Amino acid sequence: MTDVEKLTMGQALNRALRDAMAADGSVVVFGEDVGPLGGVFRITDGLTAEFGEARCFDTPLAEAGIVGMAVGMAMNGMRPVVEMQFDAFAYPAFEQVVSHVAKMRNRTRGRVTLPMVIRIPYGGGIGGVEHHCDSSESYYAHTPGLHVVAPSSAADAYGLLRAAIDSSDPVVFLEPKKLYWSREEVALDAGVPGFGTAVVRREGTDATLIAYGPSVPVALEAAALAAQEGRSLQVVDLRTIVPFDDDTVCEAVRSTGRAVVISEASGFASVSSEIVARVTERCFHSLAAPIRRVTGLDIPYPPPKLEAFHLPGADRILDAVDDLQWEES
Amino acid sequence: MLGDDSAMPPDLGSLVPADAPVMLIDPRGEAVPHDTYALPSGEALLAAYGALTLSRRVNDQASALVRQGRLAVYPSSHGQEACQVAAAQVLTADDWLFPTYRDTAALVTRGLDPVEVLVLLKGDWHCGYDPYAHKVAPQATPLATQLPHAVGVAHAARLKGEPTVVMALCGDGATSEGDFHEALNFAAVFRAPVVFFVQNNQYAISVPLARQSAAPSLAHKGVGYGVPGIRVDGNDAAALLAVLGAAVARARDGGGPQLVEAHTYRIQAHTNADDASRYRDDDEVGAWLERDPVTRLEAYLTGRGLLTPERAAAGARRADEVAAAMRAGLSRDAEPDPDQLFAHVYATPTPQLVAQAALIADELGRETGD
Repeated sequence: MTDVEKLTMGQALNRALRDAMAADGSVVVFGEDVGPLGGVFRITDGLTAEFGEARCFDTPLAEAGIVGMAVGMAMNGMRPVVEMQFDAFAYPAFEQVVSHVAKMRNRTRGRVTLPMVIRIPYGGGIGGVEHHCDSSESYYAHTPGLHVVAPSSAADAYGLLRAAIDSSDPVVFLEPKKLYWSREEVALDAGVPGFGTAVVRREGTDATLIAYGPSVPVALEAAALAAQEGRSLQVVDLRTIVPFDDDTVCEAVRSTGRAVVISEASGFASVSSEIVARVTERCFHSLAAPIRRVTGLDIPYPPPKLEAFHLPGADRILDAVDDLQWEES
Repeated sequence: MLGDDSAMPPDLGSLVPADAPVMLIDPRGEAVPHDTYALPSGEALLAAYGALTLSRRVNDQASALVRQGRLAVYPSSHGQEACQVAAAQVLTADDWLFPTYRDTAALVTRGLDPVEVLVLLKGDWHCGYDPYAHKVAPQATPLATQLPHAVGVAHAARLKGEPTVVMALCGDGATSEGDFHEALNFAAVFRAPVVFFVQNNQYAISVPLARQSAAPSLAHKGVGYGVPGIRVDGNDAAALLAVLGAAVARARDGGGPQLVEAHTYRIQAHTNADDASRYRDDDEVGAWLERDPVTRLEAYLTGRGLLTPERAAAGARRADEVAAAMRAGLSRDAEPDPDQLFAHVYATPTPQLVAQAALIADELGRETGD
């Protein structure tokens, strides 16, 4: 590795956009406040200055218009990367995403493809007020035709965003905003993780924690605490929700025989429900206990002073692990 | 390259549509002088007439195929053919057309095979033609959602330095949708070369225009976005060619978008599944039949000696041939291919789709005893 830098996730995403724009002149970035301001989270910082207003520009404040315009630009030879300012502010674009972004390739039998990325800062844990903390991955994951990505580290954020921009299919790229400022060493030339490849973040033998995006550091924290109590927890990071890596997840669960799925999103009819169903269908005879979930509550996202009750924490994860029908020792 | 910050806000007078829709040939087929727009050439009008008679035939043949059970449904543009023909004929081969489900006649005028166009309504697939072959987007079923796409194609063309103009079609009901407004606003801010062409056929299924909008006219909706609005008689092919042609030329020259509203009428029900007698009188339909776009242009061309009996007969033969090809092409049932269900969802099917495709193949194998 020749090019290792200490970067925050936000800086890594910025670097991915810059490198992709430098590598391919058809990559354009647009959205609300992404131009001279550099985005409210500064993910597009400096792009207008470096590449010009034609390559990175502000739009009127209308999310359906932004995504709809990206569809047309992708139809006409561009690779748009658009920013929805916050998770819940992406909902006005929902019809464009579901009816057109996701379906154009299929509608035209592969003649019109939409190489475009919809970046969405998502999730809670930053003390944000209402409409700034939604975990909206299940809506997108439920829609055939979309890839849905949620990185948990700066290195993955860089690699997965480069892969998303290179993809010939549309990608909903969910950026865990509470991790924007987490810093780590990033090898920019390490190659990109392929979509649909989950990764084991921590080896363990007693039970498997399955997480993605903002819940991965929480799972790792829980695993570290468990180790102090003599319990060995394995942590799997999905990286991409769609495509879903059944093989890695199931191999991990079979190796331990117990699993807990962790997600900030409300649990009912969610990605976490899907993971439990898939793993149960495939690994039933390897399971020593029913799979447990630790998810957001089935409530509208709470106000900042109550969000700690809603979000999965290490203690709640460890309680779930304790509940996995261990034999009396 | 993008929004022109130095440009002065447009003068209000340049945005507000005139009180009277532009008309160059009246319903009796007489030429009417106009201050701004000149009558198109005789050759252009003859070409329009040929496309009009073909379009009328395509509409009526498609409706007949619904009655015969060959098409699931057909939203006919009978009575609106002049709008459809003009929208297609003012474009060059490099321009783009963004049609709706009711714009089959525009696609046929653009040169698409009606059998390919009607694949959607036959139920074989969602879009039967290659959008890049004629630069025609898939016919949009949701209302107004195609308009932001049109802006994107136009903006990308402008960034690439290509002289493309995009003709974006919608109906009166679609002007109530948010995407209509977002598209107009984006196009105006980016000075995108788009002509927004509203065919106001007076009804959104059953809901009349008065229940749809309280605006002075639909063309006035451009004013708030800095987009000039123009009203045109939607049953006058000459006026439509002149107005849409000028709007396309202006957009190509960097003048930005325009909003053109054509006043026309949906002679038939929304589709064969609709019963128009529940919401409108025959008298109203009768009054519009007297303003029919085909007979109007025919009267003008015949009166001027431009449309010879030989030319009219050749056009009728051509329409007969196309109708026969539609009957033949749409009466054939292709064997449904379940592999197609999975082949185009992603560039590379996900492992889950591969597994589901195998499941279907297994079911089929057991049915056929393989």
